[in-house]
Order: sequence, then C-alpha cells, then structure tokens
Amino acid sequence: MKLILLYSLRNLIRRKLTTLLTASGMALVILVFSAVLMLSEGLRKTLIKTGSPDNVVVIRKSAGSEVQSGIDKEQANIIEISPEISLNDRGKRLVAKELVVLIGLTKKGTDKLSNVVIRGVMEMSLPLRSQVRLKEGKMIRWGTNEIIVGSKIAENFDGVKIGSFLSFGQRQWQVVGIFDGGTTGFNSEIWADVEQLKQSFRRPTYSSIIFKLSDLKDFENLKMRLENDPRLTVEVKKEMQYYEDQSAMMTRFIKVLGVSMTIVFSIGAILGAMITMYSAVAQRKREIGTLRALGFQKVTILAAFLMESLLLSFAGCIGGLFLSSFLQFYTISTMNWQTFSELAFSFTLTPKIILQSLIFSLIMGVIGGLIPALKASSQKIVDALRTD
Amino acid sequence: MAKLEKIIEIESLYKSFRKGNQIIPVLQNISFDIMDGEFLALMGPSGSGKSTLLNLIAGIDKPDSGSIFVQGIDITNLDERTLSRWRSEHVGFIFQFYNLIPVLTAFENIELPLLMMNLSAKDRKEHVDFALSIVGLYDRKDHYPKQLSGGQQQRVAIARAIVTDPSIIVADEPTGDLDKKSAEDVLNLMSELNQKFGKTIIMVTHDLRAAKYAKSMKYLDKGVLINGSAEIFI
Repeated sequence: MKLILLYSLRNLIRRKLTTLLTASGMALVILVFSAVLMLSEGLRKTLIKTGSPDNVVVIRKSAGSEVQSGIDKEQANIIEISPEISLNDRGKRLVAKELVVLIGLTKKGTDKLSNVVIRGVMEMSLPLRSQVRLKEGKMIRWGTNEIIVGSKIAENFDGVKIGSFLSFGQRQWQVVGIFDGGTTGFNSEIWADVEQLKQSFRRPTYSSIIFKLSDLKDFENLKMRLENDPRLTVEVKKEMQYYEDQSAMMTRFIKVLGVSMTIVFSIGAILGAMITMYSAVAQRKREIGTLRALGFQKVTILAAFLMESLLLSFAGCIGGLFLSSFLQFYTISTMNWQTFSELAFSFTLTPKIILQSLIFSLIMGVIGGLIPALKASSQKIVDALRTD
Repeated sequence: MAKLEKIIEIESLYKSFRKGNQIIPVLQNISFDIMDGEFLALMGPSGSGKSTLLNLIAGIDKPDSGSIFVQGIDITNLDERTLSRWRSEHVGFIFQFYNLIPVLTAFENIELPLLMMNLSAKDRKEHVDFALSIVGLYDRKDHYPKQLSGGQQQRVAIARAIVTDPSIIVADEPTGDLDKKSAEDVLNLMSELNQKFGKTIIMVTHDLRAAKYAKSMKYLDKGVLINGSAEIFI
C-alpha cells in the first residue's frame, strides 16, 4: 500500500504544474466553502457567547426576540419575585428588567443608516453580564440621559465618541463610556438607563426580564410555572438558547446560500480534476498495462488512480483552509435579520469546519477521479501495453 | 542436465481480431509443447502472431478457442482475478521498452511484483537485493529509470521478472531497443537464468543473433506454426 501511495504521490509531483493548477482550483472552492461555514459559525458563536449559562430570559409569548416583545409592569413584578432567582452578596435579587429599541446610526465611511440596538439597562444588568467591562470613560449615572456604547459600535459608527451627543427618543443622550463585551453581541449595542429610555420612547412595557438562577436544575420547573401562570403570557428560555435561536435564521440563510454557491463552483473544480486525471491515465497507459501484466488486480489500479485524485483534492483542501484561516482576523459588521439590528462578528474556524471541508474536498476528489480511474482499470492489458 | 517434463502444453489455439465487420485471423490451430527449463525463441516476420502467442502463454490475453495448460492448469479457463494472481506467481515479464515505472526507483520497480505476496518488508528487501545482485545493479538500486542506460534499465526489468522466482519468463523483443553490447549482456543474463536457475524462457525476437542464445526455436508465419528449424526460414 505504501508503494502504491508513493506511486500516486510521485506522479503528482512529476506533473508539478498540472497538479498545482488543479489543486488551486479545488483550494478556491474549499476557501469559499469553509469561509461560508466560518461566517455562519462566527455569527452563531457570537450570539451564543452573548448568553450566560445560568441566566434566564423571559419575553412575551411568540415574540421571538426582545425587539418584538413587551412585558408590562404587573407581569414584570410577578416574574421578578420568583424564588428561583439567585441573590447577590448584599441579598439583592440578580434580576434586570430591560427594554430594547432600535435606532438608525450612520456607519463610518458610508452615508447609510444601520439599525443599532439601544438596550435600557439597570444597575443589576451589569452583574448579570460578567463578560461586559467598561473600557473607556465612566459608567452611566442612573436617572440621567447618559449612555455607554459597545466597542464595535465605537469602531464602526460615526458620532459615538466619548463626550458626543446622540439624538433619539426626542432627547439628547451623552456618550460617557465605551464598554467591551469580549466576543459577544453586546459589543454591537448601546446601553442607557431603562427607566429614562422607557420615558423617552413612551414605552409602558419592558422587552425582557433577565435573571440568574440560583440552581440550574430549577429551570424546567420555573419555565413550566411561569409559562402556565394565567396572569402571564410569557416564554422562558435559557439565555444561551435564546441567543442561539436569534442566530438560527441568518446562519441557515448563509449556509444554504453559501453551500449552494460552493456546489456550483465545485462542478468546475471536479471537471478540472477529471481532465487532469484523464490526461494522467492517457499518458500512463503502458504503465497501467505493465502493472496489470505483473499481476496487479483491476481494483488496485482503480485505487491507485483514485488515490491520486484524492491526494490532489487533499492538497486543495489544505491550501483552501490555509487561505481561509486568515479570514479569522477579519470582523464583519452586518444586519442580523432576526433582530433587524447591526451585529459584528468574526469568521470562526472550528475543527468541525476543518472536517467538513476535508469531507467536501474528498467528495470532489472521488467524483473527479472515479471515472478516469475506472477507465484506467478497465483497459485491456494487451492494448495498454501496445501504447507508444 | 536437461529436464524432460512438459511445463506448457498448447492445444489447437485460435485467435482472431475484429476490425470493423472484418475478422482477421492471427493464430490458427497452434499446438506444441514447451519443456521445463527450455529457452525457446519464437520467430517470424512482423504480424505473424508471435507476440500474440506470447501474450496468450503469459495469460494477458485470451484465445478464441483452444487451451494452454501450464503445469497442468488450463489458464484459458481462469477468471480474470485468478489469472492475475497466477501471473504474479508464475510468470516474469521482460518487455522491449523495459516498461519500468518512471516515478519508482530501481529497487521499488523490482519490489512491485512482491507486493502481491504476503511478505514482510524485510523479506521483500532480501528478495530484491538478491535479484539486484544477479543482474549486477546493486549499486544502482536507488536510481530512477531515467538515470540508467537502456541496458541497465533492461537488467532492472529482468530483476523484476525474476524477483518472485517464477517458473516461466516471457520476453518480447528484449534486445529490440538496445545497442549490440547491451543486447549481448542482456542475452547472456537470460542464458544464465535459464542454465543456472533453470527458468523456462520464451522469447519473441526478430534477431537471429538473439535467437541463437535460445536452445530451441519456433517459427510463425501468418499465424501458422511452420515445422522445421527456424534457420531454414530466415
């Protein structure tokens, strides 16, 4: 087997230029394929990381997201006294009632408006989001029109420097700080005092209630109790699940569109591999005849040529993944259609994507190499030996 | 001492090729025996069917009718898989243009037929080293075919033909692509394999000087075996 592998490998090396060109075609397809998956994974990971494992989000039933949700004060009061909610060092419940609204802000370098999430928060919102740290400036003074902006908002939008004013909800809001939410979606948000925000937008309701559970095991009971409470019309989700659901539509869209495109591209790469392998078979007819005369079975010849095609696609896979790995340094800021708001995220390469790319490239190799390999193995020995 | 057992028995062999609607007979009613340890030269003009006959004896082609018994087995009845295995165990091939695999070294080319046998890497190495020592190319074992002269390449091909210790060696114009000196070296080597190691050799050649190294000759003309000494016809 080792010698057959060497035979295939050395034949590829001997035809350096053809090998390089064919593998490059496959590498480009793998680049697109892995980039699409990395994009979708980046979005998913960013949103999942936004949630904390022991946090729970309550939104209005069937609302889907915080933007469409509304929970009135009475309902909020019932929820916030749930006994399952964890207490902080001072014995206060770790629960926050928040409001989410969207405003239009101008993206840097363009004159286009993008939707940005303004999250009305309260004092308890911060300990619930341990990923969030103040990076520059100071924290909001409660009861004022001060706001802090996420680091990606500061990077990507105009007019959000510390000290500048933003105009929304019929008020002027002063930027007093920039916060860093690590790799979470909070980086793409602006935070204000929830009560000030409610008043300025004349909203009588909150969007969501967030709280930390003292024991994760209580989640199912709590969910059943709140969702079946006749006074409430709410949906209870673990925060991570909530954010994963927020990414579902867009990740599916990116995957379906991207993978369909890649499949079309791959037809070109497969044809390239097929032409290369056909020419290899034609050039090595006498070699094939000799190997068969020496006693090698048809299946061995088939395996040798298929192996060559697989090595070619493997080389393409390595090349494609090498190129796509550089995409990890690139951050994309775009609209999450599920929440209609801007979200910044990075291309994320995972072992699963590497494996998927490998499988995809090997499938290209098999399809591209199978017919030429069958042709090679089914030649009559005497005819093959007679070739010049 | 000459051996008298028959190693190959050819009976009523017919072979034809189809060209469009036309059927062209290549071999007609060929019957003869080859004794174990014989060095037979098959001679005849181009298109006489001698290479086709050699291919049939070597089991790389099938006749239209007739049988070829080799050590009691009718190889014309073997299925392709069994025939491949039979070739790897019983037949060594020497071709006019050496047919070495260009991307493999001399050692690896010689090792090829051993890959079909259940041998360890160490055993394979011993076999290859022995074959290389017989053809006198041990010092060239890591060279690729293009780094060897024609004569040296043919000696590597001979080493490949004998490495599995087959009972029969078939050679199709083994000196056809060599200069006089290299041709003599190759023919002397083949004589040595026949005389010292008792290999049965069937050689197709146009060259009477080459044929003289053989112990016996058979002459084919238009697919028919002509009785008598080959020299008479040349």
